[in-house]
Amino acid sequence: MRLETRRLLDRAFSGLGVIAIGVMALALIVILTPIIVKGSGAFVFRSTVEHRKVMFDQWDRGNPQRIEADKAAAAEARQPVYDMLSAFDAELKAMPRKERSLYKKPLRELEKALAELLGPVPGEHTPVLIRQQYGATRWDRAKIKLDELLYTEDWDYSNPDALGVLVKTPRVEQFRGTALEPLFAYIKENISAMMRPRWTFYWQFLFDTSKDSHIFGGIGPEVLGTIYLTLGAMIFAIPMGVIAAIYLCEYSREGRVVSFLRICISTLAGVPSIVFGLFGLAFFLNTIHISNSKSVLAGSLTLSLLILPTVIRASEEAILAVPHSYKEAALSLGSGRWHTVMTVILPAALPGILTGTVISMGRAAGETAPIIFTAAVSVGRPLMPLEALSQPTPALPWNIYNLSTEHEAVDEIRHVQFGMVFTLVALVLLLNLFAIVMRARISKKLRG
Amino acid sequence: MNEVIQMKRASRFAGPEEEDYSTRAAHVKTEEFSVFYGGFEAVKKVTCSFPESLVTAIIGPSGCGKSTLLRAINRMNDLIPSCRPGGKMIFSGEDIYCKNIDVVSLRMRVGMVFQKPNVFPKSIYDNIAYGPRLQGIRNRSQLDEIVESSLKQAAIWDEVKDRMTSNALGMSGGQQQRLCLARALAVKPEILLMDEPTSALDPKATTKIEDLIGQLRGQYTIIIVTHNMQQAARVSDLTAFMYEGNLVEFGPTRKLFTRPREKQTEDYITGRFG
Repeated sequence: MRLETRRLLDRAFSGLGVIAIGVMALALIVILTPIIVKGSGAFVFRSTVEHRKVMFDQWDRGNPQRIEADKAAAAEARQPVYDMLSAFDAELKAMPRKERSLYKKPLRELEKALAELLGPVPGEHTPVLIRQQYGATRWDRAKIKLDELLYTEDWDYSNPDALGVLVKTPRVEQFRGTALEPLFAYIKENISAMMRPRWTFYWQFLFDTSKDSHIFGGIGPEVLGTIYLTLGAMIFAIPMGVIAAIYLCEYSREGRVVSFLRICISTLAGVPSIVFGLFGLAFFLNTIHISNSKSVLAGSLTLSLLILPTVIRASEEAILAVPHSYKEAALSLGSGRWHTVMTVILPAALPGILTGTVISMGRAAGETAPIIFTAAVSVGRPLMPLEALSQPTPALPWNIYNLSTEHEAVDEIRHVQFGMVFTLVALVLLLNLFAIVMRARISKKLRG
Repeated sequence: MNEVIQMKRASRFAGPEEEDYSTRAAHVKTEEFSVFYGGFEAVKKVTCSFPESLVTAIIGPSGCGKSTLLRAINRMNDLIPSCRPGGKMIFSGEDIYCKNIDVVSLRMRVGMVFQKPNVFPKSIYDNIAYGPRLQGIRNRSQLDEIVESSLKQAAIWDEVKDRMTSNALGMSGGQQQRLCLARALAVKPEILLMDEPTSALDPKATTKIEDLIGQLRGQYTIIIVTHNMQQAARVSDLTAFMYEGNLVEFGPTRKLFTRPREKQTEDYITGRFG
């Protein structure tokens, strides 16, 4: 081959490599940026006075005097709204019955929209659900609620050949000429004074138990549940996996049985995770009754089965990568097989085992399907370590799915969902980072 | 029993000027000893004996079975699944391929230095102390003493005494090989096997190892496999020449190199093949 041809080929290949890496980096940015941007919105956001009320009432947080002052200022700004409502009430009473009934539905809708923005009317009886006791807690939600208050939405299907068209009409039209006519302009003008938005760093989001199915509060039980499940899976999978790898590499004689075992392990690695989940339900819960209900224990065992093949594979490769000469040296000094494994082979294989293990740890933390049937519930409190043996727990991957599909107020709590995704990704990244650092430190120690 | 050097038809060639090794007791003796790798016979019915306290070199071209024979003495060949021995290998009066032999305690009595330096990725101290610790020595001062004396025996004490806790992999190849020697000596073996110990080293480090062999001569029975015929001539008392699994000739080094009995030996040492 001519020199020019070879150079051209080399250049073409390195060009391709650069492009491939560039595409990967771009994909990473495209995936991670929204996760980080939207996810951080669960922690750092402009909170309204309603948020501070929730924090004070439900978690006893904040300075009572300042919150009273805050509440008083907001109430003062809101008072004209309620005055206008009572004036309209008086007007209604004076109207003939027929005319009055025309206002019935619009008024009900207006009151609902007002309650969603500002919370219940002061002085009336407190609603049962916590979500109805407070107005919009976040400024971004408050602005959406304001929009819903100012405009009514309707779908126009008059053209049968096209899709429906959304038509927004100002709600004020419904109340022309009544005492409520100035209400809308007033609220639009004074929304800041009524809600008092302020930048907040809600770091307790990570530790708080949620109230009223994730509408208020944080993701503490989910984070804790994920940690329990992951650690539990590791406790079962690491010893079993490493021992199996040692047996396969150092003790077993190559033969049909061992080859068959290896094939089984590879097959196990390819089994879909939902099958593991069903197996966990059928075996751990229904057959051996490891706990009365779903439990962290059953979930951990199922997850450990799921990652076991990966742990075995990684450990096996790490053990096989230990130079044969180390083993020879140890044996020639009169070391037994077991002792050689413990003093020479395992320490040298540790970085590799660690990497494989932590990667599978990330997998265990993020798996949803195996825990649906064995461990996860949508709402729960943080568990004590011993309770993990018998109690189910919420967990990040399952609750992300749950909040985005099955929750009754999906749109209200997008920020919680983003916060969960962000936390899960951060958790897995942290684990991987930890593995990289540990690996580097141990390798450095081994290399001298 | 007073074992004599067992050579095939040895008596015919014993000249008057040869140093008389015949009174030395045999430390290791093989009787019709063979090693098979599956169906391949790598060592073919070798009968010889390695006398106590002397240096015996095994030379021969690549693949002649010299390393296999050496590694049979501490049963390192057991690591190869397809490998099986035949005949007898007698070490201090015991057949080491007997069923009830404890391989681990055999290997403690037979030290070995390998072709490539194979220090553990541990500190220098832990490398040397590895063997003694295996024997159950936990006492710190006793360990210190063994480590120091072994390192001194391997003439590396002065170079490493100030950095006992640093990783052994940080040393040069020659130092590592002497550390391996010290590590082997630390278990107080009766016999030292060396499998081409200098083939991965530069000439200066090679000289140091050869000097060490000279110093250790008399204290240990040393069996060294080497590619380098000059080395065999320099360090050994006796030399065995192997070719294609057969022991072709075995005798006092000076005689083997000056007046070889067999045509094959002569061809090999004069460089006509190998």
